[in-house]
Amino acid sequence: MYDVAIIGAGVIGSLIARELTKYSLSVVVIEKEADAALGATGANSGIVHAGFDAKPGSLKARFNVAGNKMMEEVCRQLGVSFKNNGSLVIGFDDEDKKVIEELYERGTKNGVERLEVIDSKRLHELEPNVSEKATVALYAPTGGIVCPYGLAIAALGNAMDNGADFRRCFEVKSLEFKDGFYEISDGSENICAKFVVNAAGVFSDAIARLVGDDSFKITPRKGEYMLCDKESGGIVSHTIFRTPSKMGKGILVSPTVDGNLLLGPTATDIDDKEDTSTTPEGLAVIANECLADVPGVPTRTVITSFAGLRSVDNKGDFIIDSPAKNFVNCAGIESPGLTSAPAIAVYVAELLEGLGLELKKNEAFNPYRTSMHEFRDMTMEEKNEKIKKEPAYGKIVCRCETISEGEIIRAIRENPGAVTVDGVKRRTRATMGRCGGGFCTPTIVEILARELGIKYEEVTKFGGESVYNFGKVK
Amino acid sequence: MEHKQLIIIGGGPAGMSAAVSACNEGIRDILIIEREEALGGILKQCIHNGFGLHKFGEQLTGPEYAERYSDNVKELGIPYITETMVVDVSDDRVVTAVNKEKGYFQIKADAIILAMGCRERSRGALNIPGARPAGIYTAGTAQKFVNIMGYMPGKRVVILGSGDIGLIMARRMTLEGAKVEAVCELMPYSGGLTRNIVQCLEDFGIPLLLSHTITEIHGKDRVEGVTICEVDEKRVPKKETARHIECDTILLSCGLIPENELSKSAGITLDRVTSGAVVDGDRQTSVPGIFACGNVLHVHDLVDFVSDEAEIAGKGAADFIKGIKEEKETVEIIPEGGVRYTVPQKVAKGEGASLYFRVADVYKNVTVALYDGENLIAKKKRPKVAPGEMERFEIKPEYLENAEKLTLKLIFG
Repeated sequence: MYDVAIIGAGVIGSLIARELTKYSLSVVVIEKEADAALGATGANSGIVHAGFDAKPGSLKARFNVAGNKMMEEVCRQLGVSFKNNGSLVIGFDDEDKKVIEELYERGTKNGVERLEVIDSKRLHELEPNVSEKATVALYAPTGGIVCPYGLAIAALGNAMDNGADFRRCFEVKSLEFKDGFYEISDGSENICAKFVVNAAGVFSDAIARLVGDDSFKITPRKGEYMLCDKESGGIVSHTIFRTPSKMGKGILVSPTVDGNLLLGPTATDIDDKEDTSTTPEGLAVIANECLADVPGVPTRTVITSFAGLRSVDNKGDFIIDSPAKNFVNCAGIESPGLTSAPAIAVYVAELLEGLGLELKKNEAFNPYRTSMHEFRDMTMEEKNEKIKKEPAYGKIVCRCETISEGEIIRAIRENPGAVTVDGVKRRTRATMGRCGGGFCTPTIVEILARELGIKYEEVTKFGGESVYNFGKVK
Repeated sequence: MEHKQLIIIGGGPAGMSAAVSACNEGIRDILIIEREEALGGILKQCIHNGFGLHKFGEQLTGPEYAERYSDNVKELGIPYITETMVVDVSDDRVVTAVNKEKGYFQIKADAIILAMGCRERSRGALNIPGARPAGIYTAGTAQKFVNIMGYMPGKRVVILGSGDIGLIMARRMTLEGAKVEAVCELMPYSGGLTRNIVQCLEDFGIPLLLSHTITEIHGKDRVEGVTICEVDEKRVPKKETARHIECDTILLSCGLIPENELSKSAGITLDRVTSGAVVDGDRQTSVPGIFACGNVLHVHDLVDFVSDEAEIAGKGAADFIKGIKEEKETVEIIPEGGVRYTVPQKVAKGEGASLYFRVADVYKNVTVALYDGENLIAKKKRPKVAPGEMERFEIKPEYLENAEKLTLKLIFG
């Protein structure tokens, strides 16, 4: 019997789990996939928004500004890549200027600090590669970038280090409240918990319906992206947004915390909650818009494209409420959900306390976790000390990103351990370079099979039937 | 800091041949640095035959061809280290490398030969739209799964691109019991060698669909199928020709890219067309004392030519170390009109060179011509040229005497 079960191991569920392990509680995170961060958390812009987009008074506005202020410290504790690079919303005409001025007003009301409307001269001093046609911009020095899946994995790992459990491949089919606790079933097995938090992303409406709450609907809004080689990462230093439209914040051009250049996302409402395919139309739109904003964007250095699904609800704001006994919804957490996540986690803990969950401080709680990129960031002397103790750190497996076998083994052994090639990728960056894993994938499959004690052909890309091989050759 | 006369980065066919050549020129203080467990490079997984026809006059498999050179390296006592990754090369010829035994270490060299090879263009770089399931591999990755690891990466296969590795893998997968549904080639001609099209596709009844591409990948966990389309002359898919092919695997054979990350770290000037270094006749790059050869310099069709080129680089590096080479004025060779690039891109006065070059399209009955401005210097007739087959043109020392730069071009008709 757990005190709290959290459904969904995205950035929201993972940070809530970590928040709850600050108290003497037994916590389980339930995930239908083979790893954490496989939904919206795994495919989004990785932007720490300043907080000028959301309507004043909304939950989005409140948690965005609060989350923005918390993010740097949370990332420091968890060893997650974060950079306060500042953001710019650029405008091309008077209409854009009007919107930018509205954003400035809104941001100021929301409590965003140091916002500025700047002219073309200042804009091009800050970003010389932005289109000369851009005449005005909103400058938000508090904007930042973060590794979104890195944050979720680290938060969940830290929660596990502090006692939380992680159940993978458990798809919640029913939720039954009886005798003061929930019986959570996947159809064959039960997990029992006194309180349940619904952090199921695009599926959060389906989970809410299991406890009789049909008050909202989630529509997946697809966002396609292209990622450029690290050699192009320096073309801009700030996150460049286009003046927003109704469908979202528009297409951005941004460096990532790892030094690549990210282009996207598009915004298309779709029906299928698992359709993360990219489309020729989407990729063309990204290329065209990015080239209009930053004419030098080197689209020929694209190393991958991908798509994520935003959880857009029909209420226009985050849905964080308690529609049933001892049950909390965290639904419709679309942008600025990532930024808001640390603040939402604190708020959900308070909500649960209000519902009767006792929050007694866990004296043993350790907020810290060593960065997954600790080895990469070491000096040469430190690296050599490490290799002397653990020679596997001296064997480079992924040549494009210079990732050693030691780092891959650590990713498999450390909470929450990687069990798939994509799991290794998200933790270490192996296969994320320009060759797309062409050289190192067979070796990573070998390391996974050895470490997990499974057959070579049982290793998958991301769980389920996503195997690499169908058995031995003749 | 440790010091070596010559460091060779990469122990594949180029690196080994360069080492043997430098050693034969009297250089003994050599170190070959190889990232994998053994010498041989990509040849280790190329278990088909057809290697060595030009060099040895016989048909060898990849491992056999590699063994000729690795035996030679061992007999000559040329030092090499394996499972060691070079992570940086500086313009003053300091090589930084890492392995399990020594950790990170640096060696200063009098000369360096770059022989890192190339990589395959990936799905990401091709930007093929659609789902992102498992089962999409470059042909070389599939080749490693089958030939080195001993596992089958697919049962029903569609191959995109008709590069040689893709053609070889079409046959290999078929022999292992897989069904290869089709090979789609975007261009109206194949980039692979004619003999491979005959022996790997035609002999097995595998359709080669020219002017076709994959426009969408389907599948949730594992590939379930592809949509393919014919393309028009601008290579734009014709939507009305779309059709679905069921398959569980997609192999990509859409071009090779020289791996020049280390060359960039050393500040070496690269050729935009080859993606390799700009070199002179000795295969010396823009950074004195750093040479390049093999697929890191430009992508070759045949390993035999890689070996030839590496011999030149090995001798060039040896001459550089011995200091017997005085600096000479060079003449630039400009590719034009149907000639995409030449290697070398410049030739020293007083020396001749074999120019290797590729053409932009398939042409029949052309004349390859070397011009100094308006003046025709030399020419050679060719009944047929194709982008997939590397061409050669001999530059004699006398062509260079009064020239500042020369132009190599095709004359049609």
